[in-house]
Amino acid sequence: MTPGTAVWFARHESRLAWRDWLSMITAGRRERLRRVVIAILVFAIFMHFVAYWMVGRYADTPVDTSMLVTITASVLLSWLLMISQAMESMTRAFYSRSDLDLILASPVAAQRLFAVRIATVGVSVAMMAIPLAAPFIDILVVRGGLRWMGAYGLIVAMGAAAAALAVAFTVALFRIIGPRRTRLVAQVVAAVIGAAFVIGLQVAAILSYGTISRVSVLQSSAVLSHAPDLDSIVWWPARAAMGDWLALIGVLAVSCALLVAAIALVSPRFGEYATAAAGAAAVSVSQTGRQSAFKKTSPRRALRRKEWTLLRRDPWLVSQTFMQMLYLIPPAVLLWRSFDDGNGAYNLLVPVLVMAAGQLAGGLAWLAISGEDAPDLVATAPVPAGFILRAKVEAVLGVIAVVFAPMVVVLAMLSPWHALVASGGIVIATTAATAIQLWFRSQAKRSQFRRRQLSSRVATFTEAFSSIGWAATAAVASVSLVLAIAPALIAFLVVAGAWIMSPRTAAA
Amino acid sequence: MKHVMPLSPFALEIGGLVKRFDRPAVDGLDLKVRTGEFYALLGPNGAGKTTTLRMIAGLLRPDAGTISVAGIDALADPAAAKQIMAWISDEPMIYDKLTPREYLEFVAGLWGIAPALAEERAQELLSWLDLKPHAHERCEGFSKGMRQKVALAGALVHDPRVIILDEPLTGLDAGSARQVKSVLRERVKAGGTIIMTTHILEVAERMADRIGVIAHGKLIAEGTLEELRLQAGRTNGGASDGASLEDTFLALVAEQAQAA
Repeated sequence: MTPGTAVWFARHESRLAWRDWLSMITAGRRERLRRVVIAILVFAIFMHFVAYWMVGRYADTPVDTSMLVTITASVLLSWLLMISQAMESMTRAFYSRSDLDLILASPVAAQRLFAVRIATVGVSVAMMAIPLAAPFIDILVVRGGLRWMGAYGLIVAMGAAAAALAVAFTVALFRIIGPRRTRLVAQVVAAVIGAAFVIGLQVAAILSYGTISRVSVLQSSAVLSHAPDLDSIVWWPARAAMGDWLALIGVLAVSCALLVAAIALVSPRFGEYATAAAGAAAVSVSQTGRQSAFKKTSPRRALRRKEWTLLRRDPWLVSQTFMQMLYLIPPAVLLWRSFDDGNGAYNLLVPVLVMAAGQLAGGLAWLAISGEDAPDLVATAPVPAGFILRAKVEAVLGVIAVVFAPMVVVLAMLSPWHALVASGGIVIATTAATAIQLWFRSQAKRSQFRRRQLSSRVATFTEAFSSIGWAATAAVASVSLVLAIAPALIAFLVVAGAWIMSPRTAAA
Repeated sequence: MKHVMPLSPFALEIGGLVKRFDRPAVDGLDLKVRTGEFYALLGPNGAGKTTTLRMIAGLLRPDAGTISVAGIDALADPAAAKQIMAWISDEPMIYDKLTPREYLEFVAGLWGIAPALAEERAQELLSWLDLKPHAHERCEGFSKGMRQKVALAGALVHDPRVIILDEPLTGLDAGSARQVKSVLRERVKAGGTIIMTTHILEVAERMADRIGVIAHGKLIAEGTLEELRLQAGRTNGGASDGASLEDTFLALVAEQAQAA
């Protein structure tokens, strides 16, 4: 193979991507590969059952407006998530120096590598979506025939279009707001883009129909009556998924053309953008004009204040940490809408609040406990290690209290019982998530926040299941305390399991 | 409760210190550093220098041995020992989102220094290290030299009696290195004790009162530059009168390698 050609670069990129993926799923330990493969297979089988339950009955549904609206909305949501992923990858490609110095200093035509790199984003986004969509498509193929195979083709088209759009958006940001702000804005947009769609539908459903279900909006007579005709081009993606080969070819052609155009326009200037991105960090000077005298403080207070200041001053971390808070918008709207009529919506609110508290506490606890950027400084301070951990946990609890207190107070005015259950659930879910992060703590930079799950999958899963468990407990407890014993026991067992599996316990 | 050992003229006393990872990193190390002394610890890569310093600073727990800092048993009462110590590593770890002034306020808070006193010291240190014009800028845009100076200011703001530095001059430009060296000299003049590892032998040669050479986790030679020259010349003729520290150091390490 001739070095320096696009194919040679493609081979190089695919080898790096494969090794990166392998390292990600095995957490850097190749001996785990067999176990990981078995776990993936088991999960895939399980997901096929879930898919059968969710979409099996729709495989033979005739093509009508209602079906097209539902599929189009699902495709649009998936595509937004793919764009989000592509933007993440594209930002990384621009800002991560890794091998760029080597490439740009070498005599090869770097443009070819950049063309390959942009195309790789499209391929990798599609490759990540396929395993998630495969169980659903497989079930539709089994139940409804081979025509559903078109859905796989649609995913490839969506990946190409997502990469094209992501690169266009990133370059546009570069030009409009400059390389320094682009990174932050692109990451924030990537973080909220998918959530915004779901939340928008839910808020519309609440305002129009008083329910949090987004399906009610999609199936409403208002939407169906305004939907385009069945032969409209708007339905091409949905038709492509359902096996209309002409629509599929059309969608694929447009997507690939977009990607090729993006590559042709951007790859010659990619090096220029990457160099500008590298220079951006060096010139950033943020003035913080506080000239007040040093305050009287204790080590504990100093630690708490430091955690809050660092979080407040890092918009990227704020956007990542508080992303879950976006999902509180629909229940908040529901709460506001139910203020007068006092219907049974509170039962729905309680678990959402508890779940969000658990998730937020997990992220904050990781930042405070594991994501310490000056671990040596804190460890050499003349205070016991337990004292430092307590101060950091207090910092987490403080944020949770500030975020959730207003909603609990409003809920208390409407239904004291539900507010009590929500408060209890929030405290327990927060404590459990923080404890899990404490047991599985490992030193890392705060900038690794997005990749924190890689350090311990057990911590990630138990934290998620714990939050779900306590949310379920709170949901049942708002109706019956006795019935809540069973889910509480399960959630407790999840937390106990995390403690047993934690490295410190295992090593003891 | 303070675990105080009998009154000692030594700022640091280490006895039989052992730390094993997959192999012994520190292997029965004995070391004494006098109060007010500038002590340089030299050794090839992987000799156990950083591990030793991290154990002294309380960042690693030794498998065996004793560590006493100014008469305080650092293993029995780490908080009391840490109160009079400061640690600076080669990779300055500071908070990008804090300004130097806020960083110093935070460190002073951790060490429980009275705010007025801490502020006065912070102002002094910021001026001394030429950081005053940047006192209200967040550290995220700082060069390595500036970050190292912020870390040094943080280490000094609580007025430690013993300062432990691991390769503090690595990657610094000539100007920053001179400032750091000047600050360290002043600390020793004021009665402070400095224990430092460095690969820049010229720094050890010019600044250190005594030099310890460590290899395979053991102290293989110790003394003033003259004493080390004598020791190296006596054993294998590898260094002679007037030999540089580099020749002396290489001769001592080569001798240890042969013996091993």
